[in-house]
Amino acid sequence: MDFQVIVLAGGFSKTLVPLVSKDVPKALLPVANRPVLSYVLELLEQNDLKNAIVVVEGETAALLISSWISSTFIDRLNVEVTAVPEDVGTAGALRAIDHRLTAKDILVVSGDLVSEIPPGAVAAAHRRHDAVVTAMLCSVPVSGPSDSGSSGAKDKAKKTGRYNIVGLDPTKQFLLHIAAGAEVDKDIRVQKSILRAVGQMEIRADLMDAHMYAFNRSVLQDVLNQKETFQSLRRDLLPYLVRSQLRSELLSNGAQSEEYGNGKDALQNSKILLSQLLANASTPSFHEIYALGLAGSAPISRKTHKCCVYIANKSKYCARLNSIQAFSDINRDVVGDANHLSGYTFSAHNNIIHSAAVLGSKTTVGPQCMVGEGSQMGDKCSVKKSVIGRHCRIGSNVKIVNSVVMNHVTIGDGCSIQGSIICSNVQLQERAVLRDCQVGAGFVVTAGSEYKGESLAKKEKQ
Amino acid sequence: MVAKKGNRGGDDAEEELTCVPLQAIILADSFATRFRPITLERPKVLLPLVNAPMIDYTLAWLESAGVEEVFVFCCAHSKQVTDYLESSKWFGQPNFSVTTIESYNSTSAGDALRLIYERHVIRGNFILVSGDTVSNMSLAQALKEHKDRRRKDSNAVMTMVIKQSKPSAITHQSRLGTEELFMAIDPDTNQLLYYEDKADTLRGTVSLDNALLVDSSAISLHNDKQDCYIDICCPEVLSLFTDNFDYQHLRRHFVKGLLVDDAWCVLGFKVLGVMWCYLMLVFKGAVQLFSLVLDLLLLLIGMVVVVVVLGKVVTMSFLVSLDIKIMGYKIFTHEIHSSYAARVDNYRSYDTISKDIIQRWTYPLVPDVQFFRNCVTKLERQGTYRASDIGLSRSARIGPFTVIGNGTTVGNYTEVSNSVIGEGCIIGSNVSIDGCYIWDKVTIEDGCKLKHAIVCDGVIVKSGAVLEAGAVLSFKVVIGQQFVVPAYSKVSLLQQPLKQDSDEELEYADNSSGTIEIPSITTTPEKLEEELRTELSDSQTQAAFEVGNGGTGFIWSVSEGGHEEEWRHSVAPITADRLAEIINNAIDELEISNEDGNILPPSGELGPDSIDDSDDDVRDDTVHFEKEVEATFLRAVHENVKEDHVILEVNSLRLSYNLTTTDCAGALFYAMMKLALDTAHSSPGKLSLSLVNLSLHFTFVSWETFALTPEIVFETKLLLQSEHKGELVKHVSSMITKWNKVLKYYLPSIDEEIEVILKFEEMCSEKSTKEYSTLFEQILHLLYDKDILQEDAILKWASEKEGADESDKCYVKQAEKFIQWLNEASEEESEED
Repeated sequence: MDFQVIVLAGGFSKTLVPLVSKDVPKALLPVANRPVLSYVLELLEQNDLKNAIVVVEGETAALLISSWISSTFIDRLNVEVTAVPEDVGTAGALRAIDHRLTAKDILVVSGDLVSEIPPGAVAAAHRRHDAVVTAMLCSVPVSGPSDSGSSGAKDKAKKTGRYNIVGLDPTKQFLLHIAAGAEVDKDIRVQKSILRAVGQMEIRADLMDAHMYAFNRSVLQDVLNQKETFQSLRRDLLPYLVRSQLRSELLSNGAQSEEYGNGKDALQNSKILLSQLLANASTPSFHEIYALGLAGSAPISRKTHKCCVYIANKSKYCARLNSIQAFSDINRDVVGDANHLSGYTFSAHNNIIHSAAVLGSKTTVGPQCMVGEGSQMGDKCSVKKSVIGRHCRIGSNVKIVNSVVMNHVTIGDGCSIQGSIICSNVQLQERAVLRDCQVGAGFVVTAGSEYKGESLAKKEKQ
Repeated sequence: MVAKKGNRGGDDAEEELTCVPLQAIILADSFATRFRPITLERPKVLLPLVNAPMIDYTLAWLESAGVEEVFVFCCAHSKQVTDYLESSKWFGQPNFSVTTIESYNSTSAGDALRLIYERHVIRGNFILVSGDTVSNMSLAQALKEHKDRRRKDSNAVMTMVIKQSKPSAITHQSRLGTEELFMAIDPDTNQLLYYEDKADTLRGTVSLDNALLVDSSAISLHNDKQDCYIDICCPEVLSLFTDNFDYQHLRRHFVKGLLVDDAWCVLGFKVLGVMWCYLMLVFKGAVQLFSLVLDLLLLLIGMVVVVVVLGKVVTMSFLVSLDIKIMGYKIFTHEIHSSYAARVDNYRSYDTISKDIIQRWTYPLVPDVQFFRNCVTKLERQGTYRASDIGLSRSARIGPFTVIGNGTTVGNYTEVSNSVIGEGCIIGSNVSIDGCYIWDKVTIEDGCKLKHAIVCDGVIVKSGAVLEAGAVLSFKVVIGQQFVVPAYSKVSLLQQPLKQDSDEELEYADNSSGTIEIPSITTTPEKLEEELRTELSDSQTQAAFEVGNGGTGFIWSVSEGGHEEEWRHSVAPITADRLAEIINNAIDELEISNEDGNILPPSGELGPDSIDDSDDDVRDDTVHFEKEVEATFLRAVHENVKEDHVILEVNSLRLSYNLTTTDCAGALFYAMMKLALDTAHSSPGKLSLSLVNLSLHFTFVSWETFALTPEIVFETKLLLQSEHKGELVKHVSSMITKWNKVLKYYLPSIDEEIEVILKFEEMCSEKSTKEYSTLFEQILHLLYDKDILQEDAILKWASEKEGADESDKCYVKQAEKFIQWLNEASEEESEED
């Protein structure tokens, strides 16, 4: 019980409408025909972290997720699903399950993470420095259908993705500055005090906070209790911890974190030594130098805490499913460049066609494609770089390029689908043409209609 | 300017072919007053540094680094400098020509470079240093890098030499007595992106332009680098100084100016000029047409329109020029690792560099190598250097790291350590000298105690006198018997310049030249001495009292002119308690900066509730800011200030309070609404009168916005409503119409608009502005109609409020109908598609 794993699975994310629906919360969105949450859980399983708490926003979503988990991971993982109220934010979710946190360190993973980076590496970096928080940073993913000259990227006209602005020390072990959310587009404001202590800071825009954190539990609880306005781990808590790392308020309130405070005082020297040995560093980190004050001056006791980073290797895949764009990208990657993540074995044509799928004559399924169990396709269809779910009925002369088609979708003859996402139970009547569209669950696209760059969904909420 | 650039490009190509000799400019005037009072009598570059004038170090280094042509720019005491150089053997060296350029009215490095530009002597890349630089670096590598870059990118105009130093708040202070320096450098190209040397420009945080990260994915930010003040420049640098006639200081104006592309103003004026000519042509034609068709009155009105439109176009061109980054000149850095480079900027760096020379960091520029006119001295144990001809008593103890010059005698039982003693000095018996710099022909009588002092030529310290740490005795001062010179005091034969010049000058010390209003400076040394003598005879009696029995000299008061912090720049080491003070300051700053840090909204949320409780100061700040904006706005209304000026003023306020445009939008909106309310209160509230007002107002509006009908219809509708409310709404409407542009300027995106709504909500719940609460929906609608708010902003605000408390929601509820209407409208739109 060294590390306690919390998986934040979210609820019905608003940004993913119309992909999410009453029956499909964000965590169950399919990536290569299995829920995105399964990637995180399998990652944990591979790393021998078999106990996890999955936190879900909203009761209905929690029910859906827990039933899925219990059916899939029944004897593999010991997973508890906890529901928290909606819209409490990531920090709020942790606050809500405060009483459940017991271990010394907490590993918080976002449920929408598709990655092959072992959480163990993050945990090790965390322990090595005795940090209060260790965040995993990965390279910014390539956004949009970058290759094969598809036209999908034009409409979105996204600027180069910039998710975070990060300041690192020269050894790239400590996090000195982080800007997230709206701040990313403002001017970069770096605290001089931290810069003074470190001397040199590298500011990067090509790294992304992958939302996998290791926290010191008592610190986490203290901060969450003290700062009741904090809503997001990424936008509030992490920047706060980073900002205050040389003026730590955390360890001073001895009463609240007695166990920690005492331990710290008594073991301080040995701990420093130990962490140095572990870090293979002959010199103490700037935190320690700063805390000890300057040579020859009256020693002023200063509280510091460390914020560490684990920077994932560029070659490792790491992405978060937090936007519609990301959904298509991840689906593309998992059956494409990062296909070792999918867990399937690919055929000689570099695609996966389930044995129970039926393909008509002259129907071609290109590389980096997937066709799910029980799906039927008519004649002269062409599928390129797309994922097709289970039990879909697809007519003849259908073109599917760079798209994701979920389960139980009916596609009439002569349809053309490009760069789109078709949710479950959608019906596309004959000769419908979709380009860069998202079609919500159960929607019916009438025959011969053409859509471009739209989001189609049944009107139920408004 | 473009043409010039092209020519220059051609020059460069030629330069490669003909191989122009490497040139250097030495600024033999620091344009600073740090070395007063000594520099009142002798220029800084001629002051001895370990028994050799500073300029000799610079010249010797430049010669060894392969520079072939040196221009020495002298201003203050230019005669002394040229005399020295003429008598020295620097003139007439083979392959090394030294030319002096004299100026009598330059007050800054900028003036100096402009003057040099006018002389047309610089033909290629040149080294720009000041005459107090001590270095042994090789220029070859840096020069090669500079040229390579230059070939690829004609905008790479300058390479700055930097050096690693220890990162600490106090290193810069304790070592060279300079302020700490923050730099941002592109790690791949070494381009300098940010330079901040005055630590207090933006307390607590370093603020980098977001755009910097667009070009390069990484920036490294440094606090552990030291600026060596050695620059390798392209000839453009000189023309840049000429183009930007306001550039004075090399770092503060030039470097920062290039980094922030401050040069826009030059183009701005040009654009203006072109626009103006164009407009004049167009309107000449227009006016003629008018005069043919319309009567005189209409012509007049047309003129008014012309003026209004002209004003608008002018401001537009202003805005355009603000956005254009035309110059794009780049500065690069070159870091040196093993070689030495530093500049004597103040007494503390004088001390540090002297010690570095004695400890041979500057090899070959050390006392026992005869790099120039300096006397041969022998290096002995413990870093002690002795000239050949000294009279040393057997019982005298010479400690480590000491230099004793030619012809100096030291008496019995005298102890000297860590000091430099010049030529021809007479040191009595039982004297203790520690960490002092004693120049030539100084007499120190028996039993004196000197600690960390600078003693200039010809000084006589009579027996038993004591110099406390940090004392500076200028030329020919006589210290009386048993007199104790207090710590950090400066003694000179010249009286301290009076307040009128020192006040301003010392504050901006770096901008003012060494030439002050003492007439003797610009005159010849002989004259100077004469004057001194007469002056002395006048004030002998008075001066005598100041520095003890039989002494002559004035003690310059320490605390005057913001120099309370003498200790920062003194030769004396910083005392332990001062160090502690600096550290404490650093901690205090840390506290502040952390609170500053909280300004950064802790989340992307807009709600004020997400701001911490701990930032009362910040809150205060915003409150002050709001008040100032309100005052500015009120003044603008009363004095009919132009909108663009209001924008400018609010912008400057925003910068000084370091807030965002969001805050501006909120504050401005608040000010407008408040004013509208106040006018509504004060006006008699008579319908007829207000109608007149309104119609008058409409005429004004119509001229200004050319959009007549919808507003009139809407506003007349409003008038029919209940009188007072109608009055109020009307005021609001007129206010908003009038200042539409200003407000719009601050509403570039939805976030700002939401802020305005939130602000309005806040106002509605405030007591003084309670009246708006019933009118919430109406005014919201008005704002929508006037294009102040977009429907997206309103809808987003409404959806954000959905989750709020019941009490918080009352305004959403009030506006429910409106929101619903908006919703439906947008749906209709989408369905139509």
